[in-house]
Amino acid sequence: MSADDITPVASATGVTKRFGATVALDDVGLTVLPAESHALVGRNGAGKSTLVSVLTGLIRPDAGTVRFAGEPAPPVTDRAAWRSRVACVYQKSTIIPTLSVAENLYLNRQDTVGDTRGRISWKAVHENAARLLGNWSIDVDPKVEAGRLTVEQRQTLEIARALSFGARFVILDEPTAQLDGAGIARLFERLRALQAGGVAFLFISHHLQEIYEICQTVTVYRDAKHVLTAPVAGLRREALIEAMTGDATGLRELGEHAGAVPAGAAELLRVEHLTGTSEFADVSLTVRAGEIVGVAGAVGAGAVALGETVVGLRKPLSGTVCVAGRPVRPGSVPAALSAGVGFLPEDRHRQGLVPLRSIAENLTLTVTDRLGRFGFVSQPARYRTATALMERLDVKASGPDQPVSALSGGNQQKVMMGRALASEPRVLVLIRPTAGVDVKSKESLLGTVEAAAAEGRAALIVSDELDDLRVADRVIVMFKGRVVAQLPRGWSDREMVAAIEGLHSEGTDSGE
Amino acid sequence: MTDRVVEQDSPQVVVPGRVAPPRGRRVWVARLRDFSLIPVIGLLLLVGFIVSPNFLTAGNLTDVLQQCTELSLLVLGEAMILIAGRMDLSLESTVGVAPVLAAWLVIPAHGGRFAGLGVLPTWSTVPLCLLIGALIGLINGLVATKIRINAFIWTLGMLIALRGLQLGISGGASIFEVPASLRYLGHTAWFGQPASLWVCGLIFLVGIVTLGWFRHGRSLYAIGGNAEAARTAGIRTDRVLLIVFMLASTLAALGGILYVGHYGSISATQGQGWIFQVFAAAVIGGVSLNGGRGSLFGALTGVVALQLIINVLTFAHVPPAWDQMVDGVIILMALVVSRFTSGEAQD
Repeated sequence: MSADDITPVASATGVTKRFGATVALDDVGLTVLPAESHALVGRNGAGKSTLVSVLTGLIRPDAGTVRFAGEPAPPVTDRAAWRSRVACVYQKSTIIPTLSVAENLYLNRQDTVGDTRGRISWKAVHENAARLLGNWSIDVDPKVEAGRLTVEQRQTLEIARALSFGARFVILDEPTAQLDGAGIARLFERLRALQAGGVAFLFISHHLQEIYEICQTVTVYRDAKHVLTAPVAGLRREALIEAMTGDATGLRELGEHAGAVPAGAAELLRVEHLTGTSEFADVSLTVRAGEIVGVAGAVGAGAVALGETVVGLRKPLSGTVCVAGRPVRPGSVPAALSAGVGFLPEDRHRQGLVPLRSIAENLTLTVTDRLGRFGFVSQPARYRTATALMERLDVKASGPDQPVSALSGGNQQKVMMGRALASEPRVLVLIRPTAGVDVKSKESLLGTVEAAAAEGRAALIVSDELDDLRVADRVIVMFKGRVVAQLPRGWSDREMVAAIEGLHSEGTDSGE
Repeated sequence: MTDRVVEQDSPQVVVPGRVAPPRGRRVWVARLRDFSLIPVIGLLLLVGFIVSPNFLTAGNLTDVLQQCTELSLLVLGEAMILIAGRMDLSLESTVGVAPVLAAWLVIPAHGGRFAGLGVLPTWSTVPLCLLIGALIGLINGLVATKIRINAFIWTLGMLIALRGLQLGISGGASIFEVPASLRYLGHTAWFGQPASLWVCGLIFLVGIVTLGWFRHGRSLYAIGGNAEAARTAGIRTDRVLLIVFMLASTLAALGGILYVGHYGSISATQGQGWIFQVFAAAVIGGVSLNGGRGSLFGALTGVVALQLIINVLTFAHVPPAWDQMVDGVIILMALVVSRFTSGEAQD
């Protein structure tokens, strides 16, 4: 590693950490230079999160040293010292929703603001918070409960808070996972401005594109080991993926499944003049057997709400949804399920998995009526169904009995996909099917969608992720609740992003 | 489960650049929650005034407040625990078992109806009682933070065990020959008002100030709101929780002391069934069962409102047999009202 004459803001050398029998980090190193944006990538389980915990002083490594600006790291108990050296925006929100924005900013140091000793001066806290929020152009009243902020505002709040301790080194763990395209652009703008001011970043992301966009150096971990550190410029995408996966193959070119959908294919899903309560209006579309249709849109464009309406999670104001020619009772999930709709929800933790229950139970949650009669669920039948689905989706687990919470994100998402397929649906509705999963799992999940289409199912993918949309035969683009464009297969990234951001001028029709 | 998600998460159109204008009204409503029982209390006073001319007199109102004192100390403790995101059911048993244990240790083995051990001097009764409370809190706190057993079940077990301990030691009878020091606080008067009123008022004042204006008090809200986030902010969550559990049980023991003074003996059923009223008072006072929300002032208004209801019913000559029914219905109504004034779904 090249820290010849510049003192790195943070460096870890020879760090090893074991949790019981598992080695989470095996003699790894990392060096972040001042004003550098350093990417840390690796598949799930590569040891990224453990390294973050070591670098932020939450856990003590079994071996190895951490230094900040050349000085040895403070003892693990001295939280204040750690916070003045390294700031971290964790993947999980550390904003307390029930407290005010101002109090969140000065959490556990409310009494250091203003000139009162010991007692908290709420006036000073609110004034200082307002100033800090102003600097970050977060346009909210510091007195409102933080739970009322948007995801983007919360995240900016976290960055603002982290930096207010005076650290010049910031760790961002999956900062873009919950942001839409415009939010990511604004985040990157902020990061660049901070970087120009001398702040260094450790940037952890599943999105390789973002790394090319914002980072100068990339470090790859694989299976708890350090694999590669190299400048981003001049590193080919394939080489990076190879370093991550260990395979020479890299990300398979997606969207190459059997050519055009036959003209005579039956129309399995027909949505007509569907209008949501406020999210979207007058959307019509059709999906034929064997076809994959993408619905693209930024957060708030109404695409997710449209998907949730089709599967009955939301009740539309007007319009109809027909599956295989028959209208489905609106606003009813059971009706959609029995009509032959399989569904993968947006947020697997909140809307999908029952964490403590087994993989088998999670996979067969929607099809218990088929596993026995009169409400009785046959365990052997459940196991057969679950095992078959696990094989079909390549779920990596010790067996169908394993609790689903023990799986990695990618495998959990495969379980969700398996549940969507468990009922052998005619129509598949998938909302952001690859959110927060690693490259390999993403490839596998999208492959499953292609295979399902090849079996003659109709698939609707609602996503703002370009890789997800690439498998679609055509993509319907929504902007502010309206269909603004339809792009046939073969679109360029620029074209698609422009359409999602509402820059597309020639709006084509909304369906056929 | 899935149906509910929709209501909570209606999407909002994100305007690029600046987002969401300040919501002044919301701030105001959130503040209002702490005072939402004030009009209710006003209404109760009005109803009482209409029902009987003897209601709105200094004497009666002092009586009502004094009847609040013992319960209010439990509510204060429980409110702190609830704000920190935990719960403790065993407080009601501590009310009885702490004085009984203390009395048992100091009352001589011979000479009275109740045979104690007489191993400790009489003057130590009150400190001993508080210490026993702290010890019970320490056990509950350690179990909640270190062993991590579900607080509901654990403290339910403690409730039963401690009640059993009291019955075992006292033989199921009330204890009349209690040391004078144990009776002092509950029946003496300072500056013309019951001492218990001053004591409770002072404790509530300290509690309200600490939870409102001091970092350590605010940390309860942080822990109850998001324990993981509190930990990353450098709050020693386990230590804070342990202290809160110990404080709450100590307050429960103090509540027991006041009760003994108030009624002159250690009743065999002292504290029994209080926990329902404790929770009811805390919740209608705006303390969230999910943690992170509420205030001690709100909890106090909850206790006062509950006692006023009972008092008004007495004046209205509602047969005492109907007290519980009316009490329950009013609590339920208060919950429905607070559900909508707070706008917070309680799942």
